[in-house]
Amino acid sequence: MTPFTQLDSLLVALDQINVDTDQIIPARFLSKSRECQVEGLFFDVRRDASGSFRADFPLNDPKYQHARVLVAGENFGCGSSREQAVTALLDNGFRAVIAPSFSDIFYANCFQNGVLPIRLTAAQVKQLVDLSTSDPPTMATINLPNQVVSAGPTFTAEFEIDSFRKECLIEGLDEVTLTREFEDCIVAFETEQDRQMPWLNLPRLSAI
Amino acid sequence: MARPNVIRSGQTIIDKLWDQHVVVSRNDGYDLLYIDRHMLHDGSELGFAKLRSRSERLRRPDRTFGTPDHYVPTVGRDLAVVADSDHRYFLKAIETNARREGFIAFTLNDRRQGIAHVVGPEQAVTLPGMTIVCGDSHTSTHGGLGALAFGIGTSEVAHVMATQCLWQRKPRTLRITVDGPLAQGVSAKDVALSVIRAIGTSGATGHIIEFAGSAIRSLSVEGRLTLCNMSIEAGAKAGLVAPDEVTFAYLSGRSFAPTGSQLEQAHAYWLALRSDPGSIFDKEVRLDGTVFSPMVTWGTSPEDSVSIDSVIPDPNEFSDATRRANARQSLEYMQLRPGERVRDIKVDRVFIGSCTNSRIEYLRSAAAIIRDRKVVVPAWVVAGSGGVKAQAEAEGLHTIFKEAGFEWREPGCSMCVGMNGDIGKPGERIASTSNRNFKGRQGPGVLTHLVSPAMACAAALNGCFTDVRELVRN
Repeated sequence: MTPFTQLDSLLVALDQINVDTDQIIPARFLSKSRECQVEGLFFDVRRDASGSFRADFPLNDPKYQHARVLVAGENFGCGSSREQAVTALLDNGFRAVIAPSFSDIFYANCFQNGVLPIRLTAAQVKQLVDLSTSDPPTMATINLPNQVVSAGPTFTAEFEIDSFRKECLIEGLDEVTLTREFEDCIVAFETEQDRQMPWLNLPRLSAI
Repeated sequence: MARPNVIRSGQTIIDKLWDQHVVVSRNDGYDLLYIDRHMLHDGSELGFAKLRSRSERLRRPDRTFGTPDHYVPTVGRDLAVVADSDHRYFLKAIETNARREGFIAFTLNDRRQGIAHVVGPEQAVTLPGMTIVCGDSHTSTHGGLGALAFGIGTSEVAHVMATQCLWQRKPRTLRITVDGPLAQGVSAKDVALSVIRAIGTSGATGHIIEFAGSAIRSLSVEGRLTLCNMSIEAGAKAGLVAPDEVTFAYLSGRSFAPTGSQLEQAHAYWLALRSDPGSIFDKEVRLDGTVFSPMVTWGTSPEDSVSIDSVIPDPNEFSDATRRANARQSLEYMQLRPGERVRDIKVDRVFIGSCTNSRIEYLRSAAAIIRDRKVVVPAWVVAGSGGVKAQAEAEGLHTIFKEAGFEWREPGCSMCVGMNGDIGKPGERIASTSNRNFKGRQGPGVLTHLVSPAMACAAALNGCFTDVRELVRN
């Protein structure tokens, strides 16, 4: 996983609430290769009925093509647990999403892929939405060690993040490797649980 | 170090279940949580691919269970009917992975195959008190049996495959108490939609819900599964109902349920799984279930629902500017006008199925409505599992459905998510017993209305939304 420390980027805003993962990447892309999923990002909602790009969809605007920070309304990433919603954003250049709230699963999936989800207040997000549409578009800086987002000459906001998640992101840490350090504890737990709750085990088939 | 079977008093059921499964606690609030059951489906191949890339093996095949559901065809059981080679790949992969790693999987030709969240409870692969995960957001379903169950993404699926554990911060606790009795014609689906409407689609974000109260206690296990299934649509990490005699009776005699002395041991543990008097939840919500009605969604979020005897709401009545704009967009997508009566909305198609509403009890309630009547729009029934389908056929329900004009199809997720190609046409308006009315969920441009199975039948018979209570026969 690519470590995350500081990011300087344009902002692009999707000023909508409840942006679900079906909108972020429609289900029909999920069986395709990751390369094929890149174009799946917002595939249906960024197009009109005739299949042409909608002029009113911000991500279609060439001036935002290098934006790496997405700003959105509350409950971003709700619905399906598909991790491709995060990887499709990442593969389109996004390393951070800022919203008043996220669905729990999308939020967790972000950290597994080195994408930083940032919760700010609805009022702060509104300010960022306005800044993103200024002319010329506003640059933002996200500093993870200091937990600060700044944009334009005046906007500065601190954000909360669990120290565990922050550490994993800054170091690009792999969770399986971390978990392996506790192998003895897992084995001890399993031994005790198998003894006390033998009904938890299904029949084991012979593996190849 | 955690010690299984040590339960402190004065705790909520959620605290008890969580504490039971903590392997390691870090001082930054993160716990390494042990996972008792890992449910896999055809899409879980993506997790195996990650596992293979690290040259790892499945740690606990005896805690893992699989059944393909997302990509399965509903027109037959032969892989040859699957036109898409990617879909065939996923359907074969679960079989290959099961053989390679040695876990039980009901493959496409197995008569017990079905939707993971239907098969798990049906076969007692799901048991009270378990921690259960699956790479699917509707894993919350299993909470209906008193398990702590939640959906995860592919990376965490691979983490559980390799370690049988997950790093988690304990979510906050929310008790939703629904007082009854429920009125006739009001199903668990209507309770779920009413709860989501009351607290909003992110009302339970960051929380695990315990559903309590007389209306919840009165639900069958299948009803509780429906309610917990949709707790994710309220944003919850998980939802559960404390196990009781209804739960134990449901589990009795099912394939993987414990028997003999193990059952006695299990039963003693299960009985302790309840919130102690005086236990404190982070948040409490109390709802009067006696006023609930059959519901129909009108927008593109599960929180957008009204009772069948209502009208489409006016966006101008919403409190803030964002919600007004959102409601306008939803109505535009759904091609509806404020003030329009719900019962005047014509439907083009009906879908009965999904992990929400495809169990035998719902098929019985649906069949009771349509018996000796004819549908006027295309309508499908997709049973949740081979077990449900066989039971329905033994009871002759398939004949009732077919005679009424329904298509009787093979089990799978089907038109709830459309990943197998079962989708509607642009502009088609579908009364669906599934769980999400998102834009394009059932196909690009499809207009989805969420309803209960009985309400879906009423719509199929009249070609427009209809109060099912008017069709109930004595």
